[in-house]
Amino acid sequence: MASPTVVVLDYGSGNVHSAAKALELAGARVELTADRDRVDAADGLLVPGVGAFSAVMDALATVRGGALIERRLTGSRPVLGICVGMQVLFEHGVERGNDTPGLGEWPGSVTELEAPVLPHMGWNTVETPKDTRLFAGLEDERFYFVHSFAAQTWELDVQPPFPAPLLTWAEHGSRFLAAVENGPLTATQFHPEKSGEPGIRLLKNWLATL
Amino acid sequence: MTVATRVIPCLDVAAGRVVKGVNFLNLRDAGDPVELARKYYEQGADEITFLDVTATVDGRATMYDVVRATAEQVFIPLTVGGGVRSADDVARLQAHGADKVGVNSAAIARPALLGEIADRFGAQALVLSLDVKRSGGRFVMTTHGGRTETDLDALDWAREAIERGAGELLVNSIDADGTKQGFDLELISAMRELSQVPVIASGGAGAVDHFAPAITAGADAVLAASVFHNGELTVGDVKQALRAEGILVR
Repeated sequence: MASPTVVVLDYGSGNVHSAAKALELAGARVELTADRDRVDAADGLLVPGVGAFSAVMDALATVRGGALIERRLTGSRPVLGICVGMQVLFEHGVERGNDTPGLGEWPGSVTELEAPVLPHMGWNTVETPKDTRLFAGLEDERFYFVHSFAAQTWELDVQPPFPAPLLTWAEHGSRFLAAVENGPLTATQFHPEKSGEPGIRLLKNWLATL
Repeated sequence: MTVATRVIPCLDVAAGRVVKGVNFLNLRDAGDPVELARKYYEQGADEITFLDVTATVDGRATMYDVVRATAEQVFIPLTVGGGVRSADDVARLQAHGADKVGVNSAAIARPALLGEIADRFGAQALVLSLDVKRSGGRFVMTTHGGRTETDLDALDWAREAIERGAGELLVNSIDADGTKQGFDLELISAMRELSQVPVIASGGAGAVDHFAPAITAGADAVLAASVFHNGELTVGDVKQALRAEGILVR
């Protein structure tokens, strides 16, 4: 297969440069844009995100990011959310008492971790599910996290014949979701583009699903 | 907790070259920053920190090029400090590939800067860099790379900065810096006690057995410059020594 094309959604999120470079190294042809036709046409869409939940939602709104993501998912077209790009896929983000509506692709809330040291900053282990494609060959690796908030429960109940979402958990004070593989919608709370070789290999695994 | 202790090589950059000095004085050339960053990445560095020690406009533009070239081949977090005076400076650094910024003197001059950066980019992207000196039985802040001593109590300042949005403390002992006699453990413990944010110990690393005590004193990460640039130690040596003391590393 020719190199898959990936659009990194351009909505003013910080340091998308590294994500684009890491995807290229993993074998993708990468374009940074928020153009609707380009987003629709790409094999994969990467939604980056750093900073506050509400700020990311506001910035996404300026490019109608929610609709762009929704259109792709409706057609079962792969989307990968990273860090706050994962968090905004949930219904709510609660930061310092502010409850901000998210994109609502998944039920549930993103809340502050309870840990002696926050932000959770550094390389942590993950508990991967059986049959994971995203973490194939990477089950014992550490990945780079930098965040204070996360989804700490999983509330979506999927009935057969639909496949159950594959959940990867991590722990920092509290247990939280480190990654979700749910049909075309994949997300990681950590930064694969900042996780060295294991991160590049994870992106390769994702590209292989496109 | 299972998060690993981080080992962070620090590159002081002036006019596109890595420089090193003792107590921030007598700078000497130590190599190409992009090549060194790549070498440390391959040795297993957990993050890379660049400190822009030039104050000129030309030097700043060169720094952006260094960050961009590094971010294209080094896939771990990059922190850039030095010369950050506004939220727009942070935006420019992030656009060139920086993940976090270190803010130092500019925040002492204008503390509101911290809130402006944290509100726009999040606390996780904001490292408060503290150049601390012992003076009259307490810890005080210095500015301008340790050359100017202030009356500002370092512990009070750290508390205030965290309140304003700093997400991490880079605690550099000016007394220990360049001496290679080990980290200032009292300073690290004092910062750990007042802070819920991660603490990076800096200044004084000269031997492989200097690192574990800094972690035991409360640091989440250790940062060093010249021991790595001189080739005295590799990142791997430091991690092995930490592991031997039962400290979790990647």
